[in-house]
Amino acid sequence: MILIICPNCGRRNAQEFRYGGEVNPRPKQPLEVKDDAWADYLYMRDNRSGVQKEWWYHQAGCQLWFLAERNTQTNELLRTYLLDWS
Amino acid sequence: MSLKLIRQAFTNTPPPRMWHQPEFKERYDVVIIGGGAHGLACAYYLAKEHGITNVAILEKRYIGSGGSGRNTTIIRSNYLTPEGVRFYNESVKLYEQMSAEFDFNVMFSQRGHLTLAHTDSAVRTMRRRAEVNQLQGVDSHLIWPDEIKKLCPPIDVSEHPRYPILAALYHPPGGIIRHDAVVWGYAHHADRMGVHIHQLTELTGIRVENGQVVGVETNRGYIKTGMVLNATAGWCSLIAAMAGVRLPVTTFPLQACVTEPLKPFLDVIIVSGSLHVYVSQSDRGELVMGAAVDPFASYSMNGSLAFTEGISGHILELFPALSHVRILRQWAGLCDMTPDYSPIMGFTPVKGFVVDVGWGTYGFKASPISGKTMAQLIATNSTPDLIHPFRLSRFYENDLVGEKGAASVGH
Repeated sequence: MILIICPNCGRRNAQEFRYGGEVNPRPKQPLEVKDDAWADYLYMRDNRSGVQKEWWYHQAGCQLWFLAERNTQTNELLRTYLLDWS
Repeated sequence: MSLKLIRQAFTNTPPPRMWHQPEFKERYDVVIIGGGAHGLACAYYLAKEHGITNVAILEKRYIGSGGSGRNTTIIRSNYLTPEGVRFYNESVKLYEQMSAEFDFNVMFSQRGHLTLAHTDSAVRTMRRRAEVNQLQGVDSHLIWPDEIKKLCPPIDVSEHPRYPILAALYHPPGGIIRHDAVVWGYAHHADRMGVHIHQLTELTGIRVENGQVVGVETNRGYIKTGMVLNATAGWCSLIAAMAGVRLPVTTFPLQACVTEPLKPFLDVIIVSGSLHVYVSQSDRGELVMGAAVDPFASYSMNGSLAFTEGISGHILELFPALSHVRILRQWAGLCDMTPDYSPIMGFTPVKGFVVDVGWGTYGFKASPISGKTMAQLIATNSTPDLIHPFRLSRFYENDLVGEKGAASVGH
């Protein structure tokens, strides 16, 4: 993987970006979550071999956080897109 | 060993097989997933110290084909946390006895290990590490540029580089070893004691009934067993998922490379946390170099230009004389990184499914002691004190270890 398509800036050198880890949704009701579930959220990971949904950050560019789908076996980047806040 | 060699030379008989290719048994007492140094060492100690020989090792490819054959072979115990130092020091002691124990030369060369400090904060960390190490009885102390230059003449200790060398943590027992020989030694002796090594055997499922492991499915058929050890490093999350266990592990590739062979040039092992580089010279004369883990998680073991560019720049900053030396080959291994840079050893919520994973960038040097303690854990069904800090439940008990003295970790 040499190039990454930033949803804002387009095709850029991968070294401008920082990897943000697999998508790991934060519990919706933090106050009601038990300690074990917090530990699961904080530490436990799927660590998928295959297509993974993950965060990327355009650190040396527009500083946008965005999502990507990447095959972790081949590093093929399938698509990059913005989080749908709705 | 030498007498055996001479006899074989004169009698024209082929040397006996190091290990055999046995048929599957219907049932094994213990099934170890992963034929690397950790899995093999565990089988060796299960047989040797606990008399448990009905053991199978399942290896997807050939033994030592993962991290055990891809690391940069550095053995040391100058870690940062007392838990880490105690643990790795036991490992160094076992490595020191290994050639005699195996009657097989693993070429362990304790040539001294220097961790360079390029900033004031790094010097402080090194001081702290030296104190922690000495408290645990490990030979480790701080030295200054004049002594560094004496131990390693080709290094540039001047003020010219962008990150001048201010001091180094000197660890005389640190050394390098022939990693394939370690794997073969364990495999040979485990095999002789009755352990079955099944290569080209891939795990496809783990059968769990009422929270207890009852067997494993492979591409060669089903095996009954009540105890499965996951020792699969970079692939450990996938194996654990077969038993329904989630692990706090992310797999990152770690790249390394060697240069063309040179005449003896570098006696000691040089490591720089700030420059993310470690280098030693092998017995063949190649400089073996490694860096930090790749910047993003992946199961791909492809090399990258970013790595060769980065490591060349950093090596030249330390050794300007190497500017005309060419890189011969590069490779990558998969590292199972944990949030606190410490391994995960011990029981899981599934009965009969134990893990020896999360070894990240520091697994090879721990092989003997992890094998020994995991064998003890399996045989006695209780966690030895030495590895109690590394249990999986620490993540639920807010008791992380925080081992930032690990390789390729910035300080």
